[in-house]
Amino acid sequence: MAETTISGRLTNLANPTRFLELVGRFLPWLAAIALLLTFAGLAMGFAAPEDYQQGSTVRIMYLHVPFAWISMFCYMLMAAAALGTLVWKHPLADVALKAAAPIGATFTALALATGSIWGRPMWGTWWVWDGRLTSVFVLFLMYLGILALTRALDDPQRSARAAAILTLVGVINIPIIKFSVEWWNTLHQPASVMRLDGPTIHPSLLWPLLVSAIGFTLIFFTLHLMAMRAEIWRRRVAVMRRMAAKRAENRAPA
Amino acid sequence: MNHAVFVTAAYAVSAAGLIGLAIWILVDQRMRQREIAELEQIGVQRRSARKAKG
Repeated sequence: MAETTISGRLTNLANPTRFLELVGRFLPWLAAIALLLTFAGLAMGFAAPEDYQQGSTVRIMYLHVPFAWISMFCYMLMAAAALGTLVWKHPLADVALKAAAPIGATFTALALATGSIWGRPMWGTWWVWDGRLTSVFVLFLMYLGILALTRALDDPQRSARAAAILTLVGVINIPIIKFSVEWWNTLHQPASVMRLDGPTIHPSLLWPLLVSAIGFTLIFFTLHLMAMRAEIWRRRVAVMRRMAAKRAENRAPA
Repeated sequence: MNHAVFVTAAYAVSAAGLIGLAIWILVDQRMRQREIAELEQIGVQRRSARKAKG
Protein backbone atom coordinates (compact mmCIF):
# COMPACT_ATOMS: atom_id res chain seq x y z
CA MET A 1 0.00 0.00 0.00
CA ALA A 2 1.34 3.43 -0.88
CA GLU A 3 2.28 5.48 2.20
CA THR A 4 0.61 8.87 2.25
CA THR A 5 1.52 10.21 5.71
CA ILE A 6 4.77 12.10 6.29
CA SER A 7 6.02 9.54 8.82
CA GLY A 8 5.13 6.78 6.37
CA ARG A 9 7.10 8.45 3.60
CA LEU A 10 10.09 8.96 5.92
CA THR A 11 9.94 5.29 6.90
CA ASN A 12 9.97 4.36 3.21
CA LEU A 13 13.00 6.61 2.70
CA ALA A 14 14.77 4.92 5.62
CA ASN A 15 15.62 2.18 3.15
CA PRO A 16 18.93 3.33 1.61
CA THR A 17 18.33 1.32 -1.57
CA ARG A 18 14.99 3.08 -2.14
CA PHE A 19 16.70 6.42 -1.36
CA LEU A 20 19.48 5.73 -3.91
CA GLU A 21 16.85 4.83 -6.51
CA LEU A 22 14.99 8.13 -5.97
CA VAL A 23 18.22 10.18 -5.96
CA GLY A 24 19.33 8.56 -9.22
CA ARG A 25 16.03 9.53 -10.82
CA PHE A 26 15.75 13.14 -9.59
CA LEU A 27 19.37 14.31 -9.32
CA PRO A 28 19.99 15.22 -13.00
CA TRP A 29 16.79 17.34 -13.06
CA LEU A 30 17.63 19.02 -9.77
CA ALA A 31 21.18 19.82 -10.93
CA ALA A 32 19.92 21.27 -14.23
CA ILE A 33 17.28 23.48 -12.55
CA ALA A 34 19.83 24.59 -9.89
CA LEU A 35 22.40 25.70 -12.47
CA LEU A 36 19.77 27.38 -14.64
CA LEU A 37 18.32 29.41 -11.76
CA THR A 38 21.76 30.35 -10.39
CA PHE A 39 23.01 31.65 -13.75
CA ALA A 40 19.68 33.41 -14.37
CA GLY A 41 19.84 35.10 -10.94
CA LEU A 42 23.46 36.22 -11.43
CA ALA A 43 22.72 37.46 -14.98
CA MET A 44 19.73 39.43 -13.62
CA GLY A 45 22.09 40.86 -10.99
CA PHE A 46 24.55 42.07 -13.63
CA ALA A 47 21.68 43.55 -15.68
CA ALA A 48 20.27 45.36 -12.59
CA PRO A 49 21.38 48.93 -11.83
CA GLU A 50 24.39 49.48 -9.58
CA ASP A 51 23.81 50.64 -6.01
CA TYR A 52 23.91 54.45 -5.58
CA GLN A 53 26.42 54.14 -2.70
CA GLN A 54 28.21 50.83 -3.27
CA GLY A 55 28.56 51.03 -7.05
CA SER A 56 29.33 47.73 -8.80
CA THR A 57 30.45 46.00 -5.56
CA VAL A 58 26.75 45.39 -4.83
CA ARG A 59 27.10 42.47 -7.28
CA ILE A 60 29.04 40.61 -4.58
CA MET A 61 25.72 40.57 -2.66
CA TYR A 62 24.27 37.97 -5.10
CA LEU A 63 26.95 35.55 -3.87
CA HIS A 64 27.60 36.62 -0.29
CA VAL A 65 24.00 36.75 0.96
CA PRO A 66 22.94 33.30 -0.44
CA PHE A 67 26.17 31.75 0.93
CA ALA A 68 25.52 33.24 4.38
CA TRP A 69 21.87 32.03 4.35
CA ILE A 70 22.90 28.54 3.22
CA SER A 71 25.67 28.34 5.86
CA MET A 72 23.00 28.72 8.57
CA PHE A 73 20.35 26.65 6.76
CA CYS A 74 22.83 23.77 6.36
CA TYR A 75 23.57 23.85 10.08
CA MET A 76 19.84 23.69 10.94
CA LEU A 77 19.45 20.79 8.51
CA MET A 78 22.31 19.03 10.32
CA ALA A 79 20.63 19.76 13.67
CA ALA A 80 17.41 18.13 12.39
CA ALA A 81 19.49 15.16 11.21
CA ALA A 82 21.13 15.01 14.67
CA LEU A 83 17.66 14.71 16.23
CA GLY A 84 16.88 12.01 13.66
CA THR A 85 19.95 10.09 14.83
CA LEU A 86 19.43 10.52 18.58
CA VAL A 87 15.61 10.30 18.83
CA TRP A 88 14.37 8.22 15.88
CA LYS A 89 17.62 6.41 14.97
CA HIS A 90 16.78 6.99 11.30
CA PRO A 91 19.45 5.15 9.27
CA LEU A 92 19.89 8.03 6.82
CA ALA A 93 20.06 10.79 9.47
CA ASP A 94 23.73 10.27 10.29
CA VAL A 95 24.51 9.90 6.58
CA ALA A 96 22.80 13.29 6.00
CA LEU A 97 24.71 14.96 8.85
CA LYS A 98 28.12 13.59 7.84
CA ALA A 99 27.58 14.43 4.15
CA ALA A 100 26.42 18.00 4.90
CA ALA A 101 29.41 19.02 7.08
CA PRO A 102 32.00 19.63 4.31
CA ILE A 103 29.37 21.37 2.16
CA GLY A 104 28.34 23.65 5.05
CA ALA A 105 32.02 24.38 5.79
CA THR A 106 32.60 25.37 2.15
CA PHE A 107 29.56 27.67 1.98
CA THR A 108 30.56 29.30 5.30
CA ALA A 109 34.16 29.79 4.09
CA LEU A 110 32.82 31.35 0.89
CA ALA A 111 30.46 33.64 2.87
CA LEU A 112 33.46 34.80 4.94
CA ALA A 113 35.72 35.20 1.87
CA THR A 114 33.18 37.10 -0.26
CA GLY A 115 32.23 39.24 2.77
CA SER A 116 35.88 40.09 3.33
CA ILE A 117 36.39 40.98 -0.35
CA TRP A 118 33.24 43.16 -0.20
CA GLY A 119 34.34 44.73 3.11
CA ARG A 120 37.69 46.01 1.83
CA PRO A 121 36.28 48.62 -0.62
CA MET A 122 33.15 49.42 1.48
CA TRP A 123 34.47 49.41 5.07
CA GLY A 124 38.16 50.02 4.35
CA THR A 125 39.17 46.76 6.03
CA TRP A 126 39.24 43.05 5.15
CA TRP A 127 38.18 41.93 8.65
CA VAL A 128 36.98 43.12 12.06
CA TRP A 129 36.43 40.96 15.14
CA ASP A 130 32.84 42.14 15.66
CA GLY A 131 29.77 40.12 16.65
CA ARG A 132 28.60 39.09 13.16
CA LEU A 133 31.97 38.21 11.65
CA THR A 134 33.22 36.43 14.77
CA SER A 135 30.02 34.37 15.22
CA VAL A 136 30.15 33.26 11.56
CA PHE A 137 33.83 32.37 12.03
CA VAL A 138 32.79 30.29 15.07
CA LEU A 139 30.19 28.57 12.81
CA PHE A 140 33.02 27.71 10.39
CA LEU A 141 35.07 26.24 13.27
CA MET A 142 31.99 24.22 14.39
CA TYR A 143 31.74 22.73 10.90
CA LEU A 144 35.43 21.79 11.00
CA GLY A 145 34.98 20.21 14.45
CA ILE A 146 31.99 18.14 13.28
CA LEU A 147 33.87 17.23 10.09
CA ALA A 148 36.81 15.93 12.15
CA LEU A 149 34.57 14.09 14.63
CA THR A 150 32.56 12.26 11.92
CA ARG A 151 35.84 10.94 10.53
CA ALA A 152 37.77 10.36 13.78
CA LEU A 153 36.18 7.18 15.20
CA ASP A 154 36.23 3.77 13.54
CA ASP A 155 32.79 2.80 14.85
CA PRO A 156 30.23 4.79 12.75
CA GLN A 157 27.53 4.44 15.45
CA ARG A 158 29.69 5.99 18.17
CA SER A 159 30.86 8.83 15.91
CA ALA A 160 27.24 9.40 14.80
CA ARG A 161 26.12 9.94 18.43
CA ALA A 162 29.07 12.20 19.26
CA ALA A 163 28.65 14.30 16.10
CA ALA A 164 24.88 14.60 16.70
CA ILE A 165 25.42 15.87 20.27
CA LEU A 166 28.11 18.36 19.17
CA THR A 167 25.84 19.60 16.35
CA LEU A 168 22.93 20.19 18.73
CA VAL A 169 25.15 22.05 21.22
CA GLY A 170 26.34 24.32 18.38
CA VAL A 171 22.75 25.35 17.43
CA ILE A 172 23.04 28.09 20.10
CA ASN A 173 25.34 29.94 17.67
CA ILE A 174 22.61 30.35 14.99
CA PRO A 175 20.43 32.93 16.85
CA ILE A 176 23.67 34.64 17.94
CA ILE A 177 24.64 35.07 14.25
CA LYS A 178 21.14 36.27 13.32
CA PHE A 179 20.82 38.87 16.10
CA SER A 180 24.51 39.84 16.42
CA VAL A 181 23.94 42.92 14.25
CA GLU A 182 21.26 44.14 16.67
CA TRP A 183 22.93 43.21 19.97
CA TRP A 184 26.43 44.61 19.35
CA ASN A 185 28.12 47.49 17.53
CA THR A 186 29.23 46.27 14.13
CA LEU A 187 30.33 47.42 10.69
CA HIS A 188 27.94 44.85 9.22
CA GLN A 189 24.57 46.20 8.08
CA PRO A 190 21.39 45.02 9.88
CA ALA A 191 18.95 42.59 8.23
CA SER A 192 17.55 44.09 5.03
CA VAL A 193 15.56 41.20 3.50
CA MET A 194 14.07 39.11 6.32
CA ARG A 195 12.47 41.88 8.38
CA LEU A 196 9.07 42.07 10.03
CA ASP A 197 8.37 45.35 8.20
CA GLY A 198 9.43 43.95 4.81
CA PRO A 199 12.64 44.16 2.77
CA THR A 200 14.47 47.50 2.54
CA ILE A 201 16.22 46.61 -0.74
CA HIS A 202 14.85 48.06 -3.99
CA PRO A 203 12.96 45.39 -6.03
CA SER A 204 15.41 45.81 -8.94
CA LEU A 205 18.15 44.36 -6.69
CA LEU A 206 15.90 42.13 -4.56
CA TRP A 207 14.57 39.91 -7.38
CA PRO A 208 18.02 38.89 -8.72
CA LEU A 209 19.05 38.19 -5.11
CA LEU A 210 16.03 35.93 -4.49
CA VAL A 211 16.47 34.02 -7.77
CA SER A 212 20.21 33.46 -7.18
CA ALA A 213 19.48 32.45 -3.55
CA ILE A 214 16.98 29.79 -4.74
CA GLY A 215 19.53 28.64 -7.36
CA PHE A 216 22.36 28.31 -4.84
CA THR A 217 20.03 26.53 -2.39
CA LEU A 218 19.20 23.96 -5.09
CA ILE A 219 22.96 23.62 -5.80
CA PHE A 220 23.39 22.91 -2.09
CA PHE A 221 20.68 20.19 -2.20
CA THR A 222 22.24 18.68 -5.35
CA LEU A 223 25.69 18.47 -3.73
CA HIS A 224 24.19 17.15 -0.49
CA LEU A 225 22.29 14.33 -2.22
CA MET A 226 25.45 13.44 -4.18
CA ALA A 227 27.52 13.39 -0.98
CA MET A 228 24.86 11.28 0.80
CA ARG A 229 24.95 8.78 -2.08
CA ALA A 230 28.76 8.58 -1.83
CA GLU A 231 28.49 8.06 1.96
CA ILE A 232 25.95 5.22 1.57
CA TRP A 233 28.27 3.55 -0.95
CA ARG A 234 31.25 4.05 1.44
CA ARG A 235 29.32 2.21 4.18
CA ARG A 236 28.39 -0.57 1.75
CA VAL A 237 32.07 -0.97 0.84
CA ALA A 238 32.93 -1.28 4.56
CA VAL A 239 30.24 -3.98 5.05
CA MET A 240 31.36 -5.87 1.94
CA ARG A 241 35.03 -5.73 3.03
CA ARG A 242 34.07 -7.19 6.43
CA MET A 243 32.16 -9.99 4.65
CA ALA A 244 35.15 -10.67 2.39
CA ALA A 245 37.49 -10.80 5.42
CA LYS A 246 35.15 -13.20 7.26
CA ARG A 247 34.91 -15.42 4.19
CA ALA A 248 38.69 -15.51 3.84
CA GLU A 249 39.00 -16.36 7.56
CA ASN A 250 36.57 -19.29 7.23
CA ARG A 251 38.42 -20.64 4.22
CA ALA A 252 41.87 -20.43 5.83
CA PRO A 253 43.21 -23.83 6.99
CA ALA A 254 43.23 -24.22 10.79
CA MET B 1 41.73 49.75 -6.39
CA ASN B 2 38.99 49.53 -8.99
CA HIS B 3 35.70 48.01 -7.76
CA ALA B 4 35.69 45.59 -10.70
CA VAL B 5 38.77 43.86 -9.24
CA PHE B 6 36.88 43.07 -6.01
CA VAL B 7 33.78 41.85 -7.88
CA THR B 8 35.93 39.62 -10.14
CA ALA B 9 37.85 38.26 -7.14
CA ALA B 10 34.60 37.40 -5.29
CA TYR B 11 33.17 35.55 -8.33
CA ALA B 12 36.50 33.74 -8.98
CA VAL B 13 36.84 32.57 -5.36
CA SER B 14 33.20 31.38 -5.29
CA ALA B 15 33.48 29.51 -8.60
CA ALA B 16 36.74 27.85 -7.48
CA GLY B 17 35.24 26.83 -4.12
CA LEU B 18 32.02 25.37 -5.52
CA ILE B 19 33.62 23.66 -8.54
CA GLY B 20 36.32 22.20 -6.27
CA LEU B 21 33.67 20.87 -3.87
CA ALA B 22 31.63 19.35 -6.73
CA ILE B 23 34.73 17.65 -8.20
CA TRP B 24 35.71 16.26 -4.77
CA ILE B 25 32.21 14.75 -4.29
CA LEU B 26 32.14 13.36 -7.87
CA VAL B 27 35.57 11.72 -7.40
CA ASP B 28 34.41 10.28 -4.04
CA GLN B 29 31.32 8.78 -5.73
CA ARG B 30 33.39 7.35 -8.60
CA MET B 31 35.94 5.75 -6.20
CA ARG B 32 33.23 4.13 -4.04
CA GLN B 33 31.42 2.77 -7.11
CA ARG B 34 34.69 1.29 -8.36
CA GLU B 35 35.34 -0.35 -4.96
CA ILE B 36 31.84 -1.89 -4.92
CA ALA B 37 32.32 -3.20 -8.48
CA GLU B 38 35.71 -4.74 -7.55
CA LEU B 39 34.27 -6.45 -4.46
CA GLU B 40 31.30 -7.79 -6.47
CA GLN B 41 33.72 -9.10 -9.08
CA ILE B 42 35.44 -11.32 -6.50
CA GLY B 43 32.01 -12.63 -5.43
CA VAL B 44 31.26 -10.49 -2.37
CA GLN B 45 27.59 -9.49 -2.22
CA ARG B 46 25.53 -7.83 0.49
CA ARG B 47 22.66 -9.93 1.88
CA SER B 48 20.02 -7.47 0.58
CA ALA B 49 21.62 -7.51 -2.91
CA ARG B 50 21.48 -11.33 -2.93
CA LYS B 51 17.82 -11.23 -1.84
CA ALA B 52 16.96 -8.67 -4.55
CA LYS B 53 18.43 -10.94 -7.22
CA GLY B 54 16.45 -13.88 -5.81
